[in-house]
Amino acid sequence: MTPRVRVVLVDDHSLVRSGVKAELAGRVDVVGEAADIAQAIACIASTRPDVVLLDVHLPSGTGDEVIAAIAPEHPAIRFLALSVSDAAEDVIRVIRAGARGYVTKSISASDLADAIQRVAGGDAVFSPRLAGFVLDSFTAPPAPVAEPDELDSLTPREREVLQLIARGYTYKESAEELYVSVKTIETHVSAVLRKLQLSNRRELTRWASERRLLP
Amino acid sequence: MALAQSRTTRRLYRRRDGRLVAGVAAGLSDHLGVDVLLLRVGFVVTIVLGGLGVLLYGAFWAVVPQTPEDSPRTNPTPRGQLIAFAALALAMLVIAQLIGFGAGLLWPAAIAVSGGAVLWRQADESRRESWRRLTARGARIASTQSRSRTALRYSAGLSLVFAGVVASLVANGSLTEIRHAFLPLTVLLLGLVLVAGPWGLQAVSQLNEERTVRIREQERVELAGRVHDSMLQTLTLIQRRADDPAEVRRLVRRSQREIRGWLYQDTPAEASVKAAVSEMCAEIEDEYRITIDLVTVGDTQATTGSQPLLQALREATINAAKHSGQPTIDVYLEVAASEVVAFVRDRGPGFDPDSVGDDRFGVRESIVARMKRHGGDASIRSTPKSGTEVQLTLPVRPTVDA
Repeated sequence: MTPRVRVVLVDDHSLVRSGVKAELAGRVDVVGEAADIAQAIACIASTRPDVVLLDVHLPSGTGDEVIAAIAPEHPAIRFLALSVSDAAEDVIRVIRAGARGYVTKSISASDLADAIQRVAGGDAVFSPRLAGFVLDSFTAPPAPVAEPDELDSLTPREREVLQLIARGYTYKESAEELYVSVKTIETHVSAVLRKLQLSNRRELTRWASERRLLP
Repeated sequence: MALAQSRTTRRLYRRRDGRLVAGVAAGLSDHLGVDVLLLRVGFVVTIVLGGLGVLLYGAFWAVVPQTPEDSPRTNPTPRGQLIAFAALALAMLVIAQLIGFGAGLLWPAAIAVSGGAVLWRQADESRRESWRRLTARGARIASTQSRSRTALRYSAGLSLVFAGVVASLVANGSLTEIRHAFLPLTVLLLGLVLVAGPWGLQAVSQLNEERTVRIREQERVELAGRVHDSMLQTLTLIQRRADDPAEVRRLVRRSQREIRGWLYQDTPAEASVKAAVSEMCAEIEDEYRITIDLVTVGDTQATTGSQPLLQALREATINAAKHSGQPTIDVYLEVAASEVVAFVRDRGPGFDPDSVGDDRFGVRESIVARMKRHGGDASIRSTPKSGTEVQLTLPVRPTVDA
């Protein structure tokens, strides 16, 4: 049997931490907990977990600061954003910082455990909402730039996959729908994640902040 | 209404609307219940007979505040106001002649007074503007046009006063004397600024501080009100309905929606398709006690053209809520350039669309037929394994101007 995934929980609410920990009991190993950015950095550096479950909003900052502090020295540690937040700007920021997925706290225990396994395996985890955000941000026509970048747009297949996820399909259901393997779906989603993180498409940030400013 | 008014202490205000000069006569007429024409004639007569009216009117103007209500401006035509001002000026000229003002002083004085009048009126205007801005909290209506007009009026008034003063000095022949007095005067002014400056600055900063505190307090009260209305009320309700999980879930959902709305101001633009769908899903969540995971991509103005899709989407979502037996439904809406697509998905037991009896009017008429009638399409896929998914498509037609 493969060793269980080692997880660190970062959330400023102890209630949430104990709740998530209880839900995940028996599915993953929670090796550490942290309530703020400084604690999180110290805890992650000392326990070297496989996956960090990271709250988007922390006292004294946002989750992306933790990623920025840890990722350069520990590239093997993966981050999964966990939040009640629906502000597109915050979600996009933490993804662009390097998180490999975003799930909301209303997720069921088994889905969360699956998501952690997936992230530990190097794949990306897109909730329907995140898929919607990404489609929305890539749908706006890109501004004319000197060199059009392949990072600036989604392929038709990637759009299809994201649309299915946004419609509530699991990876497995999406694979069946498109007559491909789950692995192929994972490849597409990882490619989208890479584009999201590497594209310097200005629209992405502009779109996210504009969304927030909508009256 | 009338009773309430009579109970509150009646205060004398200058009218903003229906005024000729500064609204003094109109205000007095409101206060005293005397016909405004009578008061105006009274002012004019006293002005002509010795100038008492000018002093009275000026005193009222300076002391009596304008009505705080921002009533719609129904001022007499600009021409009427101009005539009133002209008559006033003419009367003053006549008086000055009678008193025996030297002809040389008369015109400079007239110029200075009219400049003063412009300044005073503008001050009224500015106070109202700032008052209006305070009421329209957050919405900063700093129209540059009105601001530049304000500056123009102020500078016009100032230069009129200045020109009047200088002209009177020239006429008096005392300009050369003034030149000798200029240096001592400047030194004196500088000294005054030095002495009073710190005190003045302190007063200004104190004023600002007080204002900030007041604004904070206002925000706090507002926030407390919202927390009370939404969270506290909901928590109380939840406590009372603790034995009814579905109801508790519904209450929590609703509270979450509200709080999210304030926190992220993620309320979509009014009258947009997204806003309509969000509201629709909220209603269905409340009524059928389910959770709808709504994801939207893109947005557009809700027009009559999008109505069929919205109605069919409502029907499909309600069907899923009623018949799937599942606590969660996924709704996806994408507004693209050429078409609007919507999906409603549940993971219920599914049904055979072809075997639906004619009595099930919902699916056939409200969804499929409606979409086809409007040039769109609807398809239903249902399997026992993966549940039911309804797909609605409506091409976006270029809006035709009627």
